[in-house]
Amino acid sequence: MPLLCFILLIFAGSFVAGLLGALTGLGGGVVLIPLLTLAFHVDMRYAIGASLISVIATSSGAAAAYVREGYSNVRIGMFLEVATTLGAVLGAYLATRAPTRALAMIFGVVLIYSAWLSRSKMEEDAAAVVENPWSDRLGMSAAYPDGAHGGHTSYKVDRIPAGFATMFGAGVLSGLLGIGSGAVKVLAMDKIMRIPFKVSTTTSNFMIGVTAAASAGIYLARGYVNPGLAFPVMLGVLAGSLLGAKILVHSRVSLLRTIFAVVIAVLGIEMIVNGWLGKV
Amino acid sequence: MDRDPTLSANGSSRGGEELSPHAVAFDDARMEVIMGRLLQVGVLLSASVVLVGGVMYLAAHAATRASYRVFTANPIQLRHPAALLRGIARGDASAIVELGILLLVATPICRVVFAVIAFAIQRDRLYVTISLTVLAVLLLGMVRGS
Repeated sequence: MPLLCFILLIFAGSFVAGLLGALTGLGGGVVLIPLLTLAFHVDMRYAIGASLISVIATSSGAAAAYVREGYSNVRIGMFLEVATTLGAVLGAYLATRAPTRALAMIFGVVLIYSAWLSRSKMEEDAAAVVENPWSDRLGMSAAYPDGAHGGHTSYKVDRIPAGFATMFGAGVLSGLLGIGSGAVKVLAMDKIMRIPFKVSTTTSNFMIGVTAAASAGIYLARGYVNPGLAFPVMLGVLAGSLLGAKILVHSRVSLLRTIFAVVIAVLGIEMIVNGWLGKV
Repeated sequence: MDRDPTLSANGSSRGGEELSPHAVAFDDARMEVIMGRLLQVGVLLSASVVLVGGVMYLAAHAATRASYRVFTANPIQLRHPAALLRGIARGDASAIVELGILLLVATPICRVVFAVIAFAIQRDRLYVTISLTVLAVLLLGMVRGS
């Protein structure tokens, strides 16, 4: 395929991946990596390298918008980043040793799990009353703006060790597969640590960039980030995700989420089959 | 660039003096606004460099055929900092894209460096330690890689 044509197709595909990733809240990586490996026959290592770079771009690009809403909690984020960055370094180290077909199969399992998670993700639980002295000791208790009356709702953080351990796992997945693993991060904060949903999603966005940066050094040094592939992917995903974040404000996405969940589940099965047959 | 409305909501009328130790209301909310802006500037800067490098890459390699089916690690010229600098000086497109990518990776790292400073201004020893730990792990990743 001529280079210009190839790069334009990669850019267009990355744009769609970023758009869908932002609209569904799952991030661009879950569509991008199957697209690159299954449709463009890109080696899994190049795909992971390019995806990891686009993850940093998306997370940083969305940061200013998230901050403006006033939900994110910098202390919770920084504390849990200790776990995610350690996991990410381990994950990237493992990725340079694992055969690509094993990576493809692990990726497939993660896709199917993400599809399953995204069905039930958006529900917001009634604020549970949490009493945990460590929440105050670690300075994590805070308040978020409560839209209707201009007031604030305060919250505390629970089950910190379990949340920390899950975040380590999210970091390993991020470093191993070059994805943001935002779904696992939100799961750890929202469901395990019982942090309000809006605080979880916005804080997770900040953590994704720092987590990805921890494994990026290893990927760069190993030569996984090919400039010719990384530039259309990074620019495409970034543009797509910024547009997605704009659309998201005034649109209903429940049908799209359902379709998307089915699509990534199918992609997951395809990744597992291809990994099993050694075609990736 | 237009001013961020949340800056004034935090009771500050000054724009570029966020790092001053005498800043009155240097609370977490203000810190996060500055961090958000820092990330935005970083990503815009790196995306611009990558775009310039990418266009040059297209111009230089237009005749070649693209295939990423077989993995060959990047040449050492793109992995070693000194060699990368020489490539940029020569106007090598791949080296410029790689520089943009390095700027992008540096962006979240700068955010953590800023957090260390901000928590130090707040005299929050616990979170200075936590931020320094994150920074140490990030640097470990860089060292382990090379």
